[in-house]
Amino acid sequence: MRTRIAYIASNTFREAVRDRVLYNLIAFALLLSGAAILVGQISIEIEKLVVINLGLTAVSLFGVVIAIFIGIGLVSKEIEKRTLYTVLSRPVRRWEFIVGKFFGLAGTLVVNTFFMAIGVFAALFYVSHKFVRADALILVALYFIVLEFLIICSLALLFSSFSSPLLSAVFAFSLFVIGSFAEDLRNFAGMAHGVSRWLATGAAYLVPNFSAFNVITSIAHEQPVAGQLVLQNTLYALFYATMALSGAVLIFEHRDLK
Amino acid sequence: MNAIEILGLEKTYLVGFWRKRPKRALHPLHLAVEEGEIFGFLGPNGAGKTTTLKLLMGLVFPTAGSARILGREWTDPSVKAQIGFLPEQPYFYDYLTAHELLEYYGQLSGVPAKQRKQRVERVLDQVGLHDVQGVQLRKFSKGMLQRVGIGQAILHDPKLVFFDEPMSGLDPMGRREVRDLMEQLKHEGKTVFFSTHILSDAEALCDRVAIIHKGELRGVGAVEDLTSTVQGKVEVIWHGTQVPASIKALGAECHVTADRVRAIIDERQQDAVIDALRRERQRLIAITPVRTSLEAYFVEKLQRAETSAGKTA
Repeated sequence: MRTRIAYIASNTFREAVRDRVLYNLIAFALLLSGAAILVGQISIEIEKLVVINLGLTAVSLFGVVIAIFIGIGLVSKEIEKRTLYTVLSRPVRRWEFIVGKFFGLAGTLVVNTFFMAIGVFAALFYVSHKFVRADALILVALYFIVLEFLIICSLALLFSSFSSPLLSAVFAFSLFVIGSFAEDLRNFAGMAHGVSRWLATGAAYLVPNFSAFNVITSIAHEQPVAGQLVLQNTLYALFYATMALSGAVLIFEHRDLK
Repeated sequence: MNAIEILGLEKTYLVGFWRKRPKRALHPLHLAVEEGEIFGFLGPNGAGKTTTLKLLMGLVFPTAGSARILGREWTDPSVKAQIGFLPEQPYFYDYLTAHELLEYYGQLSGVPAKQRKQRVERVLDQVGLHDVQGVQLRKFSKGMLQRVGIGQAILHDPKLVFFDEPMSGLDPMGRREVRDLMEQLKHEGKTVFFSTHILSDAEALCDRVAIIHKGELRGVGAVEDLTSTVQGKVEVIWHGTQVPASIKALGAECHVTADRVRAIIDERQQDAVIDALRRERQRLIAITPVRTSLEAYFVEKLQRAETSAGKTA
């Protein structure tokens, strides 16, 4: 069982690599090196702040776009092209297929993030000519970004298990945007009254709380991240991704592949 | 023992915007396929052949009924390690090479690593793709993809193989090779269940066939039984370019092609024709009883079904 999931994951990774998904790294590298050179010339004392902010935001956005655009096609494309027929007619359970796809996409994003992180550190070294202890905090921000990717992958897979790629993209991207403002939504729920309070509270807790994962600004200002937040975000991401994946499995287990 | 036992499998899809209108794709189907036979599942396009195969593969879920494959419930995942499946007009991961694809499917089928390498090499040879094993599938023609499809279906040495329209997209040589492969599978003791609408393939290959039309089973039997209706006529073939007058006088229906004459005569006139050919010093090639072709049987079944449907309406 575990090996079948690993085979499916590794094939998903191979597909992403062969479809030149990792070419985005070139765009990322160009963006970052251009920004570092530019920032080095025009900003005084805040080069580091700008590079960290810009670099980590780019890592996050590039990853989200990849997660959504690959994730939405992971199941629906296989059904549409009927590649799934020859997989599911083997001793592969449907849930194994979904979980394998998830790990394949998550693996692609982790590798992608790894290379982008090297880019961020290289740009940082270019502008500040040295590393300081506080730079290690960037790793925490990168870890949170990866956790964010896990949630988005699972949501993209969930939508892909019952919807068309276009609708899945719309759903997943909308949830990403709303989730990025989840704290504001929660604050609004706290101020609202009556039915709207219930609705806003429900929505605020249902959408993924991506704002809790965004520590880029505070890290750029060398403010430490509490260990409790790391634990909380880890558990939250694992819980949310597991729930979304379970939903995807539940839907896919009962779906006719016409 | 039966390799496949279909016990009233049926499928109704809900169609329309609100998915409330039922559309029956397969009426309750009862069918048994014996181990070691080549079984043809015949029907025109849209008859329910692919639906039946998808039900057996667990790709769609039945509205009612069940099935047993190789003595076990068809939903039992362990059954799938022993079956191979070629879907209609297969499409594969086109970023993989033929070798990588077979390797991947071998992994998913649980073929141990050591055997896998040998199996992949052997199957690539069997389907004639050894020379292009390193080429990505996106560069393959339709016929080559069909060969890959056949390869992946037999890769893990299954006991039972399902082929959905296996000759589709193949040139005459390719069709011949697939026929040979099916016969080879039979010699190896495997059961082959294949759907087709090409009757000559079924007639040449199958031990038994079933005919399905509009989701309903119309007939099952051995090809010889279905085509054994002797019409009291014989076909006589001899070398020659002309029909002797004495044979013409018998009212024979004659066709001359190149240096051969083919005559359909009443079987009671057989001796008279042979005598006439002796007298004319013509060389006799064959005398065979005229049987109903599978095509004639098939068409008759479908026409009968259409007529009874018309009467019911």
